[in-house]
Amino acid sequence: MWPALAVVLFLSIFPLVVSLYLSLSRLSFAKSGFEITFIGPTNYQTLLFGGERTHFIGVLKTPSPIGWAIFAVVVVLVGWAFTRAVRGGVRPLGLLLRAIGGLLLVGLIWLFVQAVFAPGGRPGTVFVTLIYVFIGLTIQYVLGLGLAMLATQRLPGRRFFRVVFLLPMMITPVGVGYMFQMLTDTSKGPFLPVFAALGMEGFTWVTDPWGARIAVMIGDIWQWTPFMFIVLLAALEGLDVEVTEAALVDGASRSQVFRYITLPALLPVSTTIVLIRMIEGFKIIDLPNILTNGGPGTATESMTLQAFIDWRTFNLGRSAATAYLLLILVTIVATAYVNLVRRRVTTTV
Amino acid sequence: MRNPFRRRSALDLSPGAKVLSYVLLLGWTFVVLFPIYWLAVTSLKLPIQVNSGPVFFPFIDFQPTLENWRYIFVDLRNDTVRPYINTVVVGLSSAIIALALGSSAAYALVRFHYRPRIGLIGLFAGCVLLAAVAIGLGAPWQIVVVSALGVFLILAQTIGRRFRGRGLGNSDIAFWLISQRMLPPVAVVIPLYVLFQRVGLLDTWWALIITYVATNLPIVVWLMRDYFSTVPVELEESAAVDGASPYRIFRSIVIPVAVPGLVATFLFVLVFAWNEYLLALFLSSANAQTLPITVAAQNATRGPQWWYMSVLIMIMIVPVILMAIALERYISRGILVGAVKG
Repeated sequence: MWPALAVVLFLSIFPLVVSLYLSLSRLSFAKSGFEITFIGPTNYQTLLFGGERTHFIGVLKTPSPIGWAIFAVVVVLVGWAFTRAVRGGVRPLGLLLRAIGGLLLVGLIWLFVQAVFAPGGRPGTVFVTLIYVFIGLTIQYVLGLGLAMLATQRLPGRRFFRVVFLLPMMITPVGVGYMFQMLTDTSKGPFLPVFAALGMEGFTWVTDPWGARIAVMIGDIWQWTPFMFIVLLAALEGLDVEVTEAALVDGASRSQVFRYITLPALLPVSTTIVLIRMIEGFKIIDLPNILTNGGPGTATESMTLQAFIDWRTFNLGRSAATAYLLLILVTIVATAYVNLVRRRVTTTV
Repeated sequence: MRNPFRRRSALDLSPGAKVLSYVLLLGWTFVVLFPIYWLAVTSLKLPIQVNSGPVFFPFIDFQPTLENWRYIFVDLRNDTVRPYINTVVVGLSSAIIALALGSSAAYALVRFHYRPRIGLIGLFAGCVLLAAVAIGLGAPWQIVVVSALGVFLILAQTIGRRFRGRGLGNSDIAFWLISQRMLPPVAVVIPLYVLFQRVGLLDTWWALIITYVATNLPIVVWLMRDYFSTVPVELEESAAVDGASPYRIFRSIVIPVAVPGLVATFLFVLVFAWNEYLLALFLSSANAQTLPITVAAQNATRGPQWWYMSVLIMIMIVPVILMAIALERYISRGILVGAVKG
């Protein structure tokens, strides 16, 4: 127990402290190499309010009707959850924390609709990262679950499918990046005949912001669906077959069995893997870096990639500040997720 | 021969559903295998065949060549073999160490109850210690003290969330562990670089092994914790009654029962260390460089050399695939039982 904690503690606290210090300072080149000057929260100001705002948060415009509708739905949901908490007799401290969390969420969604669902708006790296994480996670989970359900049926040859479905996870993310660069290349890639048949020969994914983002997400889904698949497969295999069989014999339909037996049994492990993938997903860097180099413009740039590009240009302070803001975002999202979803379905955190 | 369409129990699918299942399974198999097939084919092409537009089948629409394989294995000999050895050594040893440390931690988290305040005090001591180290490394002390205090408060707030209620429990320790994976590697890598430079371990196996052990420990603890919690307590209790020490129980009863879970977790952790790019990029150069760096290095000024990359990626995944095939039966039995308990 303690050796493990000590290793993690040592190798995490030290970077945490140094990064915090770096994020509050500026690196400049002097005669004797370089020097680090303390400049206070300037890096954070630049990212959130200053010159990097359009890069980091995005170009904000008045939302379209769809944007307003989404915003309204979220406000109503948050309000509903909050009134339920008030009626449910939550202690004042919990109420205060929930209010802060709810306000943060509403603010985030307000920025989101202004950047994404607004004519002329453009999402910055924060929202691109969030889009990658949530769309990617949803598709990966649904695909992984579906494939795991299929692979547990009593079909000949299922062991073959199980090994094959694992393969994408085994390839280094850098390799996957270059592989998808090959595949999505519309002038020499394998899908040229397909595009030619559709009359889209001049089309390239990489010049269209959403095309490029979709290309990145396809790569991410291809690589990480196996993770969902294998853990869900394991969970499905561990289920008691007799319960399912009894239900089927008693005349339950397969969708009923899934809805009332399989899904509830899968919920605890599902929340674990969703949490793990969520934390890992926020750190996406290899795919956008290699596949699109963050382009067109900064359309596919994730927060980690932004920090990496700043790092490469020796802007260590802003790089560390971006990383810290990402840490704060992940912490908020992950604790909200644990409190709202995971605690409902499991007894352990 | 048995008729695969005959239903033997209620669990079997109807023939129509069976056909549909196969169509879906084969569809995804195609999605998975096509990119890998394309890698394999590209590794047999000359640059001109790659650049002149897609050709699909060796011997049918192009003449395959082993030129790229010769380049990687003969011309680059040492620049391929050395990273390969590095990857094997770093991957295997970090996975084994992480598994040893992580599984004992996971077992302790499942079987014993830890009191929170000790941890909090330890945390504070750790912060003080590291602040001292940072000052020793030359950072201005005022800032170090403030930031160390800040970090301590943040951590105390996150893991001390429910401090007053029922106190911290094991689950809080586990959550803290997984939260250590939230900081992106970009932020971690600068301090680690400085750290390993000071102790003279930069560009050695040890720098990578230590880093990978630390980054993979939370995953090991989480997966193994789920798994150990399914080992029947009665088994251990009867051994304890017979006078076995906790270490003895762990070694001769728990570990053997948990082998499937250990094997599956081992595979996960090995794959993560095997394929890691960003940390390896900074912590290693000529001597300890691993294969992902070699792959990325094929992106030369003339654009990515896809044909060489394909060869490298192919030789990189072969050992892992062989392992996956060998361990497949453990995976489906292993992770699952543990994971069910969430």
